[in-house]
Amino acid sequence: MRRSTGRVGRRPAARFVVLGLLIVAAAAFFVPFFLVGINAFKSPAEYAVSGPLGLPGQLQIDSIIDFWQRTSFDQKLWNSLVISTTVAVGAVALSLLNAFALGIGRVRGRNWLLVIFLMGNLLPQEALAYPLYYLARAVGVYDTAIPVIVIFIVIHSAFGTYLLTSVLAHFPSEILEAARVDGAGKWRQLVQVVTPISLPTLMVLFVFFFIWTWNEFFLPLIFLASSSNQTVPVALGVLQGQHLTDATTSSAASLLGVLPAIIFFLIFQRTLVRGITAGAVK
Amino acid sequence: MHKRRSVKENYAVFLIPGIVLFAALIVMPFIANIAFSFTRWTGVGEPSWIGLENYIRLLDDDVFWMSFRNILAMIFSMAVVPTVIGLVLAAVLFDYVGRHVGQRSASAFRAIFYLPQVLPIAIAGIVWGWILHPTTGALNTALRGVGLDDLARNWLGDSSIALISVMFVMIWFQLGYPVVIFMAGLQRVDPSIYEAAELDGANWFQRFRHVTVPQIRPEIYVVVLTSTIYALKVFGPIYVLTRGGPANSTNVPSYFAYQNFFERANVGYGASISTILAVIVIVFAIVFLYAQRRSEAKSGLVSS
Repeated sequence: MRRSTGRVGRRPAARFVVLGLLIVAAAAFFVPFFLVGINAFKSPAEYAVSGPLGLPGQLQIDSIIDFWQRTSFDQKLWNSLVISTTVAVGAVALSLLNAFALGIGRVRGRNWLLVIFLMGNLLPQEALAYPLYYLARAVGVYDTAIPVIVIFIVIHSAFGTYLLTSVLAHFPSEILEAARVDGAGKWRQLVQVVTPISLPTLMVLFVFFFIWTWNEFFLPLIFLASSSNQTVPVALGVLQGQHLTDATTSSAASLLGVLPAIIFFLIFQRTLVRGITAGAVK
Repeated sequence: MHKRRSVKENYAVFLIPGIVLFAALIVMPFIANIAFSFTRWTGVGEPSWIGLENYIRLLDDDVFWMSFRNILAMIFSMAVVPTVIGLVLAAVLFDYVGRHVGQRSASAFRAIFYLPQVLPIAIAGIVWGWILHPTTGALNTALRGVGLDDLARNWLGDSSIALISVMFVMIWFQLGYPVVIFMAGLQRVDPSIYEAAELDGANWFQRFRHVTVPQIRPEIYVVVLTSTIYALKVFGPIYVLTRGGPANSTNVPSYFAYQNFFERANVGYGASISTILAVIVIVFAIVFLYAQRRSEAKSGLVSS
């Protein structure tokens, strides 16, 4: 913590201008969330009278309940939760296996492998979508969570491998040396030494993979055709423009889509910030 | 020497699942997509080989060129504008609010600007689709409420302004990402550099230009690279906000490819669009990473 340099005292006006501008900008940024919040709790009749900007007279959750039931929203939440959790666990595990070989094992050609993995992660999903779609149909797993889960495990672990390899490259070799002397094979080194010590990084990856998968739209849209299999973003995205003609339903839908994201944000805020930073500066 | 190498190579076993899955689900489909791009195929039956015909047809396709003009607009609103505003915001929050008001205020502002980033982009699209709705939307209602009826528009349904509306939404969506990364990067900067600059009489803008920006150059590269790639691939907001319309005025290559794959049964044509997009993304990433490495080598900066 550095101490204030005392310039504040000399320039109070500047301070108010800067703070004022920031508050206005932040308020403008927050407006969409505020609008979703107030309108989701209005009845259609009240919306018709007070419009989108008036505060609700009383909190009516009818629109939300109605929308929840009409779309079987609990089913969508469950689908999203299962897919995101499975992908996050699988992608962390696969990243760890790859990074163990590349970062600690320093397998030959590791730099090339890392570049290839990273390019795979950067590829537009459109350039893989049709062959994967065709393959899923041929194998008989189209319109199930399986192709979505497997594909995202691979795509996300490509990034995880890149990040984790650079972390494991700096893994203290004395610890591994000690484990080796104690007769630990590679599997035991991985499971009992490397995994526990890199747990904080693995948690960051887990949170990221979970949220990325939760937010994914394109591939789930293609693979999850029937309504009962869809994830939250896909279900709401497909509904948009079809049934969301009245404004209260739209805002109820928005609220139900926004809330899980905000809950994750509140739970994982620190991890998220740490993770974005880790991803940025390697 | 021999012994050490054999020890190393034993680790390769751990790569087997990763490489097999990667080959099966990324490399093979990508190659298949390239192969499809040389065919005419509806998705059922046998694809027929037509060589470069799809690519030649693309050169003459107005929608294709329009989609590339729009992708430039997306890069502008998702990479350029957020990076520039994000730099200023991060510097103000870190160097001014953080020091003179308090770390908590700086973190609170950062959280608000970052909030849109945690939304699924499709959900962000739904929120904005509703706000920008021509009759019941919040924006037009607000404008009419204060007597500015003339400013009310069909924000997403009018082909002359739909792209601008989408760009605006994308700025809102993206801004938090550079702010968070730049603020984190600034924490790495030695405070004594700022203090020395202040003692030398450098004003805020001079410190911004000569201390902040050069010091967080690695972060700037990362933000521009990742958000440009993200902009090149943008799909969700277009699908939810406009479906590429009206009159293709907001169409982008990824959505155009999707239309050909899944709506028009034009698999070969869609494959050629997505192959071109993939090549652009890869070339861009290589050029950018190369430039970054060179600049780091030149300035002696090593990202930690």
